[in-house]
Amino acid sequence: MSTPTAPYSMYRPKEGLGPWEHRGKVAAVGIGHSPTARRWDGRPEHSVGGISLMALRRAIEDAGVAADQIDGLVMDPVTTTGAYWPQGKPIPNDMLAVFKATDDPLDGIAKLSADWILNNMPELTNVRFTMYGPGCMSNAICVAAQAVGDGLTHTCLVLKSWHNFAGRYYQGGANAGNAIPGSAALRALWGTPACYGTALQFAEYCRKYGKHHDMMAPFIENSRNNGLKFPEGYWAQHRPEQITAEDYKAARWIAKPANLFDNDLPIMVSAAYLYTTAERARDMTQKPVYILNHALSDGRPRSLTPTLDEVEAETARTARKIYEGAGICAADLSFENMYDGFPQFHQFHIEGLGYRGLQFGDALDFYQGDIGIHGPNPILPSGGNIGCGRSRFWMHTDCIQQLQGRAGARQVTGVKPEVAVSGGPMPLGGHFTVWSATPD
Amino acid sequence: MAKQGVVPDDLTRPFWEAANDERLVIQNCAVCNRLQHPPARRCHQCGSNAHLEWKQMCGRATVYNYGVVHDCPIRLLQEDQPFNVAVVMLEEDPGIQMYSHLPGTPVDAVPVGARVEVIFEATANGQKVPEWRVVHSAGSNR
Repeated sequence: MSTPTAPYSMYRPKEGLGPWEHRGKVAAVGIGHSPTARRWDGRPEHSVGGISLMALRRAIEDAGVAADQIDGLVMDPVTTTGAYWPQGKPIPNDMLAVFKATDDPLDGIAKLSADWILNNMPELTNVRFTMYGPGCMSNAICVAAQAVGDGLTHTCLVLKSWHNFAGRYYQGGANAGNAIPGSAALRALWGTPACYGTALQFAEYCRKYGKHHDMMAPFIENSRNNGLKFPEGYWAQHRPEQITAEDYKAARWIAKPANLFDNDLPIMVSAAYLYTTAERARDMTQKPVYILNHALSDGRPRSLTPTLDEVEAETARTARKIYEGAGICAADLSFENMYDGFPQFHQFHIEGLGYRGLQFGDALDFYQGDIGIHGPNPILPSGGNIGCGRSRFWMHTDCIQQLQGRAGARQVTGVKPEVAVSGGPMPLGGHFTVWSATPD
Repeated sequence: MAKQGVVPDDLTRPFWEAANDERLVIQNCAVCNRLQHPPARRCHQCGSNAHLEWKQMCGRATVYNYGVVHDCPIRLLQEDQPFNVAVVMLEEDPGIQMYSHLPGTPVDAVPVGARVEVIFEATANGQKVPEWRVVHSAGSNR
């Protein structure tokens, strides 16, 4: 089956589009997660393909639908955390014995196609619609919501998976070489790590508003605290360690003003959701969580790296799109679950939203107050990437679980979970979803 | 600092050839009279590729922002850690940024707002690259 990448027409990139035409008519119901691992151990069932099958089957079971009722699959074919299969390294024979391969030998190991999934899930006998929403789950769920709303699929699985191999993040390939192509060199020659751009924006933010790095400590503590209550997360499963403010302040720099804990941990993990129409969702096992809107931020910087002015203008514009399409305002948000990988841009997202009345420059002071799950102002109850490892989807799972009332130890108690927003990744360039416990 | 060598590609060749002549050129759309960097196949404003040209810059700029890299992914630069990576804004158009290691400026002592001037450094394969050197510290009245 040929799988296209979602066309631009499926997104909502502009202001002035009015309420989303499918507002409240699409629902998320089932959730499936694989276990996490720091890196692939070489066992086929733990490959990125193997864990994806596990997540998909768990989502189907969780929703309480028969596999033959599923007619759609939306996913991201890119699975790298920054780790690449070494050139010339043979494919393990076990993979070929356990799974039905595609023409691409790295499919299921270092990438993932819809064909690979369908080859290895023979129970999905009625999938007629497949589409790619590249980048992260934030994109894929927007594509799935629009596809279900448009009637392209009625019962649709949404999948995002990540692989991670041995070796340090981004240390191989061209970065280990003696020469690079001219276009890449305009940025890469100066040797900046991935967090550098966000660190720059954070530095400018601190200068402009009179803040400092250590004011992020409560946010980091809160994120890890919430993440340790997320049984699907990496830190809860493998290293149940809290980060204290002292740990945070003492951590080594990566690109000052970003330190070790201002970065997330690459892991292997897969998550799947089951999306369907609001009508169909009523018969399923879990309570439906309704989609009120999805929105796209496709702003780009004028030059090498976004300025603070560009970031703030774009997050404010994104918020207007989010609210307009959902027919809500900031005061309607029960909590927020905006992306945090890197945590130093989380404040841009929530200031743009005007969450709890925040204006630009306010968030770091806000972090010094009660931002926990039992208070009136929950910040990132999922724990995000900092609390659970790099997946870019904890915040979506958490929104669904919170509104279904099954977030367990993370369940917010200081507010009634009615409407939430999640999305990312970047302040310039991301996809956002508004979730609701009711269709209107 | 020993930067990786550069292999010019079609899009950026004029930039790198000018650098070897110790000239700084930036892509410009002649119709929009708008600079853009990094260069692109089309003008980001009008969308046309018909009027793109390379325009020589005066070589003066201002330090806009900086970070200090302690954990660099580029093997050749790792022995020089930690080091500054500043963003400078060109005098002709402050919307146009370039990166710099700011040779001669101590680590984490980057004067944001200071004036800088372009210099040219040879990379590992001899290709020259624009770099920047502080000429006045921030707050100076000179």
